Amino acid sequence: MPSARPSQLFRNLNAKIASIPMILTAVVVFLGGTIWTVVYSFTNSKLLPRMRWVGFDQYERLWDTNRWLISIENLAIFGVLSLIFSMVIGFLLAALLDQKIRFEDTFRTIFLYPFALSFIVTGLIWQWLLNPDFGVQSVVRSLGFDGFNFDPLYNADIVIYGILIAALWQGTGLVMCLMLAGLRGIDEDIWKAARIDGIPMWKTYLFIVIPMMRPVLITALVIVATGIVKVYDLVVAQTGGGPGIASEVPAKYVYDMMFLSQNLGQGFAASTMMLLTVIIVVVPWAYLEFGGKGKRHG
Amino acid sequence: MAEAGLIDHTDAAAGSHSRALEGPRGARPRRVLSRRNIILYGTLFVVAVYYLLPLYVMIVTSLKGMPEIRLGNVFSPPVEITFEPWVKAWATACTGLNCDGLSRGFWNSVRITIPSVVLSIAIASVNGYALANWRFKGANLFFTILIVGAFIPYQVMLYPIVIILREMGIYGTLTGLVLVHSVFGMPILTLLFRNYFTSVPEELFKAARVDGAGFWGIYFKIMLPMSLPIFVVAMILQVTGIWNDFLFGVVYTKPDIYPMTVQLNNIVNSVQGVKEYNVNMAATLLTGLVPLVVYFVSGKLFVRGIAAGAVKG
Repeated sequence: MPSARPSQLFRNLNAKIASIPMILTAVVVFLGGTIWTVVYSFTNSKLLPRMRWVGFDQYERLWDTNRWLISIENLAIFGVLSLIFSMVIGFLLAALLDQKIRFEDTFRTIFLYPFALSFIVTGLIWQWLLNPDFGVQSVVRSLGFDGFNFDPLYNADIVIYGILIAALWQGTGLVMCLMLAGLRGIDEDIWKAARIDGIPMWKTYLFIVIPMMRPVLITALVIVATGIVKVYDLVVAQTGGGPGIASEVPAKYVYDMMFLSQNLGQGFAASTMMLLTVIIVVVPWAYLEFGGKGKRHG
Repeated sequence: MAEAGLIDHTDAAAGSHSRALEGPRGARPRRVLSRRNIILYGTLFVVAVYYLLPLYVMIVTSLKGMPEIRLGNVFSPPVEITFEPWVKAWATACTGLNCDGLSRGFWNSVRITIPSVVLSIAIASVNGYALANWRFKGANLFFTILIVGAFIPYQVMLYPIVIILREMGIYGTLTGLVLVHSVFGMPILTLLFRNYFTSVPEELFKAARVDGAGFWGIYFKIMLPMSLPIFVVAMILQVTGIWNDFLFGVVYTKPDIYPMTVQLNNIVNSVQGVKEYNVNMAATLLTGLVPLVVYFVSGKLFVRGIAAGAVKG
């Protein structure tokens, strides 16, 4: 039939119009915004962004700044520990809940509720609990242990662990939930087979179940890791970066440089470093998850 | 177990005379107080106490007077219950020059959260629908950028968005913040809706096409009514997420319209004046109340939301 083919542009016109917000978000904000920040991190922008090229100057200054080095060190300690602890505790809790116990819903609700709270609320709760004059330290002392010392929020050496405690309280429930979903996805027959062969339970978990849960473990790992890089509100609420600059983190450095110190170039360089960190975490995962099998979204 | 079931079957077929030989049927009754159970429930109980303790401490602290707080320990229940800290936190606590309490932040958060939730869900559901049922060339490319974008630290995009909002003349306004929330809610919500709409049987869609329904007709008459559960999940996700936001609130609004989290932080961490721990805890509880209520009311749906929304991180 000789009917003219409608122009390619107007096919599915409504769908295209409806997708304009998504296209703008993806291209202008996410792609454009990221490129813009990376480009301007090579300029000496101060109060306002200016296109005056200075090469890697901002990065050199960044890595010469004590505060940034402390931020990175904190992020590394906090990151490694919270990854290990939240994965291990999350898995153990999920395994406990998976023993066909009673009140499973109640326990799960209790373990997960902190996740509904904001980091600000979490930080303020733990600021109060770790208050040396009234909180845990004073309570333990009043029980007769006069020498008991636990004041992470006022001790620069251990302040990051105080933040870690709060972060774990808030976030482990999520990991537990993901792990529980993973455990429930394991075929019941695996357990029966292991029982018949007389393999002890812990061995079954370690050598059979955990390797089978690889996708869930990796997903949880990526979620926790990308969350760690963004950690900001928790520190602001719990310690404000103090005592001194002992609990500074990169995200806070970025904010302070951009909006308090009128040092945009530093902020851009620091945020580009954050982006780089995320890329290092996400790209191998994306490659493992989506690479090799061809286009999954296709 | 499979063999056992088989035997049961043949037994039943063979008749009742062989049943007496078998002994009691069904699972063997377990002893309630086995060592395993004590360890299992004991551990769970201790962990549950650990998780609940902070909430408990907040509640009792907020109900004590300051003299009692200075004397006692944080875990002891209040001797004399007072609701004054709650009243003060809500109505007269100061941030800077404003002394009208957290109520201001609460209403700001309401005015931010409601339009943000509605707008972000409206946009994302239509997006997801277009991606699932009306694929056009390049759609998947944009979608992939969107999903990858969810992993980019917000700090990278903070300043470009300041410029965009300033150009639009809505920097420092509620409208601007609503827009920002809609933008950053888009990746996860679009994914949620796209996956859900993909699972709707294709025949329904085709039948509607044959009947002459168009893009919007199918969306409003078929997809929307069929997917109310996923809309609820999206709503839970967004209400808690937006209510709990701090970073966008502090960057894109002004003190007058700060959301509740920002105002809470300013009240509690202000350096001036005597620290009133009971007021601070009442204020903290007030701020946490909305997401907590959403969490406890929604139950399993919340879990579904975070499982889907876990990417948000």
